[in-house]
Amino acid sequence: MTIETRPVASQPAARTSGMRRPLLRGAGTPRRRRGNSVANIAGLILAAVFAFPVYWMVNSSFLQTADLRGPNPVFLPLDGTLGQFRKVFANPNFVTAITTSAVVTVLTVLCAVLFAFLAALAVTRFRFLGRKGFILTILVIQMIPAEALFISQFRMLDGWSLTNNVLGLTLLYVAAVVPFTVWMLRGFVAGVPRELEEAAMVDGCSRTRAFFTVVFPLLAPGLVAAGVFGFMQAWNEFTLGLVIMNRPESMTLPVWLRTFTGANQVTDWGGVMAASVILAVPVVAFFMLVQHRMASGLVSGAVKG
Amino acid sequence: MAAMTSVEPAGPANAQPPRRRPKRTRLPYVLLIPAVAVLGLGLGYPLVRQVVMSFQEFGLAQQFGQAPVWVGLDNYVALLTDSYLWAVVVRSIVFCLACAFLTMAVGVGMAVLMTRMAGWARVVVQVVLLLVWAMPWMASLTVWQWLIDSQYGVVNWVLVRLGLDQFAGHSWLINPISFFAVAGLIVVWMSVPFVAFTVYAGLTQVPHEMLEAAQIDGANGWNRFWQIIVPMIRPILLIVGLLQVIWDLKVFTQIFTLQEAGGVTADTNLLGTYIYRLGLGQGDFGTASAVAMFMLLLTVAITFFYVRRMLRDEEEL
Repeated sequence: MTIETRPVASQPAARTSGMRRPLLRGAGTPRRRRGNSVANIAGLILAAVFAFPVYWMVNSSFLQTADLRGPNPVFLPLDGTLGQFRKVFANPNFVTAITTSAVVTVLTVLCAVLFAFLAALAVTRFRFLGRKGFILTILVIQMIPAEALFISQFRMLDGWSLTNNVLGLTLLYVAAVVPFTVWMLRGFVAGVPRELEEAAMVDGCSRTRAFFTVVFPLLAPGLVAAGVFGFMQAWNEFTLGLVIMNRPESMTLPVWLRTFTGANQVTDWGGVMAASVILAVPVVAFFMLVQHRMASGLVSGAVKG
Repeated sequence: MAAMTSVEPAGPANAQPPRRRPKRTRLPYVLLIPAVAVLGLGLGYPLVRQVVMSFQEFGLAQQFGQAPVWVGLDNYVALLTDSYLWAVVVRSIVFCLACAFLTMAVGVGMAVLMTRMAGWARVVVQVVLLLVWAMPWMASLTVWQWLIDSQYGVVNWVLVRLGLDQFAGHSWLINPISFFAVAGLIVVWMSVPFVAFTVYAGLTQVPHEMLEAAQIDGANGWNRFWQIIVPMIRPILLIVGLLQVIWDLKVFTQIFTLQEAGGVTADTNLLGTYIYRLGLGQGDFGTASAVAMFMLLLTVAITFFYVRRMLRDEEEL
């Protein structure tokens, strides 16, 4: 069950295309540096349309409430204010929500990366009965949507008195994140050749030491990427959060954010936009971090021939 | 999140499994214990319970401790003869296909544009797409609601400025058609970056010589696109399209949020929100489980096709 599987299966496509470069590339393919000006203009217009909501969120979060409710929209926060942010941080419900989100996220990342790493070791370093079955199961279940299972997940946690409980939600998040994390780490672990480990052992390392001094550092980028994936899933997830954490005092940040915009109230748009920015900033930052990471060509050159 | 797309460090050369047959050992099973345990507890067990519950009368009385009554296929029969469920199913499928199609069209269009743009302009487009891709869904949803706000929203303001006075104070969510147009627009906006990046990566693999040869033979841009580029990147298009279908079928967050913000729930329910309303709204967990099973089977059927397709590209598991 994927919390939000968007990322998941991108993999095969990436594999087919051999895409191993960072998404952001400088001057691009050497063939066509100048580009075609019609394409440039069309592309930039489309980009402006796509960027507008993001820009509008940031812009609105710095405006005074009077500007937000004016007859004409204000397009640049020239007499901007940090008041909206201050208001959000002064809201006790916000503080509770961000704390809950942070705790759930950290727990999810730690458990998911550890569990998935062990499983990835098992499926790449050993051949055993049930190995293929495990991998296939992982592939299929990562596509099961949360929406198709939350009813009975709710009943289950409710039966154990784990609704509105960080541990209950974490359990579901870890289960949702682990399949893709295993699939991803499997690639990284397979990318570290056994020969490296063996060479270290020939040189007199114990197996454990060989693992921690040689293999582990090479896996670090993979573990970071897996952790960031788990972070973004747990931090952003809405559906399960809504179902499991239904009391106001136990809401996660996305669920709390939603309560702002109900139909029967005057929405404080400045506050919502500031809160949205706060929700988005860590994700965007981590996302950019990982996109840069994609470039790292792991152990290229460590083993010749 | 889908940035992870390309985290794919293992070159195929390194990906082979160990050559020697290692000693028989229990170690791999021990290593799998935590992952299997958490999957069993978080997904496996609820799945079993859901199957059971879908055969039971499990309503409010059961929530207060009464034992559930076994009703066999009654929930399913009741659902299959319920015209509302069919309305929801048809609505979900139409919405899903429309969104997937639009996403593919815009995404592929962006990708083609990117191959023709100057380097600096492409970087601008890519940064924007990355930003959109990275935006948390709930943040995106709140800002879209703000954009279409009936009183102070910038969309209505622009439309009025363009002389369309009927849009002053117009509410976009009350009419189901316009509700789905807004929801679809948001879904497409969120999904395009993934398609654009993946297809763009595929396009850069199309050998330039081939396109030049075709050009010399007199093929125009349109023909080159349909007769050379599309066949060459067909595997990517198929997989990305399939993923869009799977994802758009389960769409929940966007619909739920917009419903709460002023949509008419009964007219705008899709599968995900219908399950939610049935189960957590009305406390009818038996029927909700039956709908959920239906959705699950639908997804697994499509996924199966997808996994098979994907394994074809993988020489070795």
